[in-house]
Amino acid sequence: MPDLLLELFSEEIPARMQAKAADDLRRMVTDKLVAEGLVYEGAKAFATPRRLALTVHGIPLRQSDLKEERRGPRVGGPDAAIQGFLKATGLARIEDAKIQSDPKKGDFYIALIEKPGRATIDVLAEILPVIIRTFPWPKSMRWGARSAKSGSLSWVRPLHSIIATFGPETEEPDVVGFSVDGIEAGQTTFGHRFMAPAAISVRRFEDYEAKLKAAKVVLDPQARKDIILADAKQLAFAQGFELVEDQVLLDEVAGLVEWPVALMGSFDEEFLSIPDEVIRATIRNNQKCFVVRDPKTGKLANKFILTANIEATDGGKVIVAGNERVIRARLSDAKFFYETDLKTKLESRLPKFDQIVFHEKLGTQAARIKRIERLAAEIAPLVGADVEKAKRAAHLAKADLLTEVVGEFPELQGLMGKYYAQAQGEDASVAAASEEHYKPQGPADRVPNDPVSVAVALADKIDTLVGFWAIDEKPTGSKDPYALRRAALGAIRLIVDNTLRLPILNAAKSAMAGLPEKGDDQKLASDLLSFFADRLKVQLRDQGARHDLVDAVFSLGGQDDLLLVVRRVEALGAFLDTDDGKNLLAGTKRASNILAIEEKKDKRTFDGAPDAGLYQLPEEKALAKAIDQVKSEAGAAVAKEDFATAMSAMAKLRPAVDAFFDKVKVNADEPAVRENRLRLLNEIRVATRAVADFSKIEG
Amino acid sequence: MDATPAHMRPERSFQGFILALQRFWAEQGCVILQPYDMEMGAGTFHPATTLRALGPKPWNAAYVQPSRRPKDGRYGENPNRLQHYYQFQVIMKPSPPNLQDLYLKSLAAIGIDSSVHDIRFVEDDWESPTLGAWGLGWECWCDGMEVSQFTYFQQVAGVECAPVSGELTYGLERLAMYVQGVDRVYDLNFNGREGAEKVTYGDVFLQAEQEYSRHNFEHADTAALFEQFKMAEDACRKYLAAGWQENSKNLGGNQKEHLMALPAYDQCIKASHVFNLLDARGVISVTERQSYIMRVRELAKACGEAWIHTETGRAA
Repeated sequence: MPDLLLELFSEEIPARMQAKAADDLRRMVTDKLVAEGLVYEGAKAFATPRRLALTVHGIPLRQSDLKEERRGPRVGGPDAAIQGFLKATGLARIEDAKIQSDPKKGDFYIALIEKPGRATIDVLAEILPVIIRTFPWPKSMRWGARSAKSGSLSWVRPLHSIIATFGPETEEPDVVGFSVDGIEAGQTTFGHRFMAPAAISVRRFEDYEAKLKAAKVVLDPQARKDIILADAKQLAFAQGFELVEDQVLLDEVAGLVEWPVALMGSFDEEFLSIPDEVIRATIRNNQKCFVVRDPKTGKLANKFILTANIEATDGGKVIVAGNERVIRARLSDAKFFYETDLKTKLESRLPKFDQIVFHEKLGTQAARIKRIERLAAEIAPLVGADVEKAKRAAHLAKADLLTEVVGEFPELQGLMGKYYAQAQGEDASVAAASEEHYKPQGPADRVPNDPVSVAVALADKIDTLVGFWAIDEKPTGSKDPYALRRAALGAIRLIVDNTLRLPILNAAKSAMAGLPEKGDDQKLASDLLSFFADRLKVQLRDQGARHDLVDAVFSLGGQDDLLLVVRRVEALGAFLDTDDGKNLLAGTKRASNILAIEEKKDKRTFDGAPDAGLYQLPEEKALAKAIDQVKSEAGAAVAKEDFATAMSAMAKLRPAVDAFFDKVKVNADEPAVRENRLRLLNEIRVATRAVADFSKIEG
Repeated sequence: MDATPAHMRPERSFQGFILALQRFWAEQGCVILQPYDMEMGAGTFHPATTLRALGPKPWNAAYVQPSRRPKDGRYGENPNRLQHYYQFQVIMKPSPPNLQDLYLKSLAAIGIDSSVHDIRFVEDDWESPTLGAWGLGWECWCDGMEVSQFTYFQQVAGVECAPVSGELTYGLERLAMYVQGVDRVYDLNFNGREGAEKVTYGDVFLQAEQEYSRHNFEHADTAALFEQFKMAEDACRKYLAAGWQENSKNLGGNQKEHLMALPAYDQCIKASHVFNLLDARGVISVTERQSYIMRVRELAKACGEAWIHTETGRAA
């Protein structure tokens, strides 16, 4: 079956847009084909800096013919309806319609519409220009003389030529005849901008890809990445070094070249006095080059690897020398910044924060640092940190934001603070907190365990959360501009991973006290707690735990000790995996259901202790006894925070509950007995609430 | 190039370098203008770009524009940061289909051979909040160094560009340093001569960099500058108001025409530079900054609107 080859050749497409554009092109063309009834066998799209290309193979030559029956008005119906029907179906006369009899509704006209399938190449000629005109570039532009008129084509950068061919493998394919804004589709493209700029005539994907390769264009981005990575590793290895791999950089660099050529350059060893991360940021962000390390020391070597777009006639000498010049200048700036930073103590930078607004409604950065300091000091004893160290760490933790290096490379915030703190002789934990108090940044990030870092990290996150809550800037839907979800998850992980006992509401209330704008304390606290509950659910779900159990525990109320919540959820999960657990859950649910029905019927509740004198059957007495026993055992275990024991106590309830439902008729004829039995059922619910609200558990 | 004497060759002489670029673009049909006689932050501010980019009439021009960036002064101590430097600006309206090729040829004309140098077009979207302008294009890299800015103007002074102009901006000192192989801008050979006859960039500009850095950061009279900003803003509005002709006789009596867009725009340029000076003196707070930028943009937009109602700026 025939194949389609499409190429859109333009001026340089931004690297970051290429992968999505290739994907969009494939999706849009194949969706359209399928919508036109043209099912294809396979499709693949590619991008280079100068072209988007698509091959779709195994497309039928024609659409199949369509036969459609359309039901019309009743025979003898109003003339207007009949005329409308003729117009809609294209029939010349009503006599051309069939008549169908319906036993209930009488006779109807039926039109038989036959739509012959069109040649695929004609369908393509219709859909391709529409796709090109409506292509979803994140940003697009107009250009050239045609842009004088409205409605001219918008593309990511000027579009120069289009290849569109369609045909079977064995024959010369046809050009799909269409044009977009004066660009006629054809079968011509161009090779590498510098090494093979001549026009190339192609027929189908196979010769297209091969001819491009001969014209120094590697079409497939993955192939370009493979080449860069392999060559860069080889270059490093040949000199006894190892490449510092960097996937994001690799993706970007592969989008900047059509013919990748890796070259190695060096810089002066004196620059190795700058921290490795600063060297790497300088070389990577500004110059889009890789760095290499010495495998023996793990430290960076004074080398870098660039990816050129040409095989230079001098073997790359001039290119390497040029890049070395630029990197030298960049590194001497970085070195200057770093050395300048070292001359100023972190604390003497702090007064500047008085002038810097953190958030219009939350005051200055200086005010925020003071709040974090106070909160960190309060949290410190709860997490086993030295109070003075925690205060000092919080005092200095943000100071590096005002340094030159962080100004230049914001992603180095925290890390530079650590280096500068170490350099001015701060305690190791205090210095580490500069970097670690931002952690964990995401689910994959490490959770700090130095108590000083933990205290500052929690204070920072809780202040952020409480602050934005107080000014009602909560995350909504997909919008979370202040990364509050991440902050809450970070706080949860800090607490749980370090097995900390930290009532979060106390901390939140304390944080609130320092805010310039105060909301409704009580409401804010409960809102915030349910936000934590949601985050915890997400996290447990990600770990494969049952999130409904989180609800069952939070529903008990007053659960702001996240570590206990997690432990309770774990114990509950384990219990519900046992037969005892499953049956007890079923029994409790049954009790709840019966109660719900009867409560509704009687419009009253049945709380209050049952009257032992009204028990009539041994199963009632046995259940009452079991409930008493379980209540006291589970209660005692919960008080000791021993949830596993509490759960096994619960298990003892199960045979009594089962026997009760087996033998006892709840809705007894005598009203007093009935009420007493309903109270007993209520007691089951009450007893199980020692560990969780079973009504929130699914299943 | 054989006919070029050694001291005029682009890789030997800063002035030869500039002349080579001018000659190249003259050959592409550009009018070669001289710098605009006002202080401005970039060649884009020159009315030959800002205003001429508007309206349907074709326009091809190239010129050197001294660019003043008061904040970038370093008292002559930084090897490549200057508060006054040269931009070479090319504008072609409508953007020709081979503008990228022309650009690469211009590099060849100043001695950058694309068979040994790695030349790249790296995404860079251009926006000038003060001019109410934006465009898409690239930073052009040569061996990892940004050497030019390449932009297809989409909007200037708040007006959609129809047709679109292509704009090229070359950072002349940086490029010349690369071609001459010097690491310090003040070491550039300005006149291409050697020995006693040699004049360096430092001979020409070092003292100016020192003096203007003192002026820009320490002594510029902020009270007077605030006043000047206000005066320029008022003058711009006055000239704009005075320039409007309702029911212009030139246009058959039923259309608006503007007769003073250029003098009004001069005041907008002035306001912008005064703002840059105030900014360098650190007397404009973060919040005020936005409002100053907005005020300049309003002037630029009003000038753009006036321009497209002038003889040169309008259709037909």
